[in-house]
Amino acid sequence: MSAAPDLITRQIQRDIRNRWLLSLPALLIILLAATGPLLIVVVYSLLTPGDYGDVKWVFSTEAWVSVFFQRDMFDDTLTPASAHLSIFMRSVNLSVMTTVFTVLLGFPTAWFIATRPARSRDLWLFLITIPFWTNILIRTYAMLEVIRNEGLINTFLMRSGLIDKPLQMLFTDGAVLAGMVYTCLPMMVLPIYASLEKLDFRLVEAAYDLYATPFRVLTKVILPIVKPGVVAGSILVFIPSLGAYVVPILLGGGKTMMVGNLIGLQFGQGRNWPLGAALSITLMVVVMIALLAYVRYSGGKGAKAHG
Amino acid sequence: MKTKLALALTGMLLASTGLARADGELNIYNWGNYTSPEMIKKFEEKYKVKVTITDYDSNDTALAKVRQGGSGFDIAVPSQSHLPIWIAEGLVQETDVGKMENAKNIMPEWSNPDFDPGRKYSAPWLWGTVGVVVNTDVYKGPADSWGILFDPPAELKGKVNIVPEMSDILYAAIKYNGGKLCETDKAILKKARDTLVNAKPNWVAMEYGTIEKMTAGDFAASSDWNGSAFRQRLAKPSIHYFYPKEGFTYWSDNVVVLKDAKNLENAKLFQNFIMDPENAAMLSAFARYANGITGSEPFMPADMKGANELNVPADKKDKAEFMRLCDPATQELYTKIWTELQK
Repeated sequence: MSAAPDLITRQIQRDIRNRWLLSLPALLIILLAATGPLLIVVVYSLLTPGDYGDVKWVFSTEAWVSVFFQRDMFDDTLTPASAHLSIFMRSVNLSVMTTVFTVLLGFPTAWFIATRPARSRDLWLFLITIPFWTNILIRTYAMLEVIRNEGLINTFLMRSGLIDKPLQMLFTDGAVLAGMVYTCLPMMVLPIYASLEKLDFRLVEAAYDLYATPFRVLTKVILPIVKPGVVAGSILVFIPSLGAYVVPILLGGGKTMMVGNLIGLQFGQGRNWPLGAALSITLMVVVMIALLAYVRYSGGKGAKAHG
Repeated sequence: MKTKLALALTGMLLASTGLARADGELNIYNWGNYTSPEMIKKFEEKYKVKVTITDYDSNDTALAKVRQGGSGFDIAVPSQSHLPIWIAEGLVQETDVGKMENAKNIMPEWSNPDFDPGRKYSAPWLWGTVGVVVNTDVYKGPADSWGILFDPPAELKGKVNIVPEMSDILYAAIKYNGGKLCETDKAILKKARDTLVNAKPNWVAMEYGTIEKMTAGDFAASSDWNGSAFRQRLAKPSIHYFYPKEGFTYWSDNVVVLKDAKNLENAKLFQNFIMDPENAAMLSAFARYANGITGSEPFMPADMKGANELNVPADKKDKAEFMRLCDPATQELYTKIWTELQK
């Protein structure tokens, strides 16, 4: 009598074992390729900087202290690290602005594509992905050629007599923002398009039939449905923007630092690898907080919308 | 069908690498826009060696990369300020450059330098100074001062670039405030920091690419190296190079062979090759810096003779000194000022 349940238990056990065995390669990769390097970063953040880069294997929390506090270089008092804070805030600020602008530009673009006849949609999507064929460095240089003092726009404006001195567009905050929006836009368009594609346009018609204004249709019908796409796009844009390195250097002229550049400095001329490691982890924590906020936000309402 | 194609392609790849190996290779790690393509071509043809060049933009980048090992480079060209670290850290190998055939061509003042006594490791590449370039179409007044960068005249405000070489810029700011190389006096350092922080709103960028951006009009003044300034003047005659009266530095870049070089013999050939007057002249003709090789002048372009960029004026000679790296504690202070500057 007891044989049957026993068999089932054994079956289940074998099943569990198989699952573990089957997921072993994935787990190993996660361990070796993701967790391992991360642990190295954590360990490095707790060491002493070597004289000419690299680290000395001497435990120290100095790097973590200097992430949050700065020892005044002249009288040795500790004050909150205003330099790091303002650099972090600048990065967060830039990322938020980039996300907002990509939504503002990306949503109409995605809408336009989603409302084309099914056959031509593929072509439009294809056009959106074309910039991905080119390296980000080259795309950014192309942008530089357009906005520099003797670049395309200024030359055109000067020739047509609209201005007599070139407009300083390159090396401004606006140039960095424009560059970020330009490079991140496809990452916003594609997820929004993916959720717009599933939108049943009969719902929109129904809303109009019930005398909803276009604005109400947008806010009450369309936006709630495409929200998961907008949120996913925002994550895809926000997180890489936080670590932006190339665009701020090329279009911002390297004058205003972003977190990515601050971390880069520590591994180069700064010769303070522990501080660089500690700053990287701090950045990662900021990203993690943003992600957690996203999970709570979309996991609650977004999932229900799908269900 | 596909497998056949793949096999054929693999075969071709193998064949091509095999060929390249048979003729030898040399992997050079050097500053960007600095290596004369003509000279490399001559070297390749003479020794049947395939040369690959990879760029870096600062001594620190180069040092960091090579220290990690496995870089695959045979040769690097660090500045004299950093060369002692390369030697002390065991990154380079003794190739006894001083005893090579062409070593007799090294000018006496470069044959036994402090940074590499007896030239055991390094062959002289090029040397120069750090000063100020100004587009005199934009500003015509006197410009032989670091004040051009730190307290720019109205015409230059918002058009100044700073080449972000931390040591060079801190040196300039410290000199501007009456300090000395590797200054540790905190009162002077504080002044230097304030000078930099107050000057920053007048800068348009902190970038390396001055040759291109000065001539394209994106910058009207910049901290710069003399050869870079020379190339700018050739493209745009209104650009002039000035030697700051507060003091400025010399540097010299030197070819070393890395410890883990795979093509040791080719690397040694290269060290010897660049000390030949005709070849050294090709380096100078391209990068527009002076070399340390006797008898190379006749092979250089005529416009290099007597050029302002290559000849420190007599009244400024005693203002110049050799750049060196400061001790780690001072360096850390400098990094803090540098971060403060960029917040």
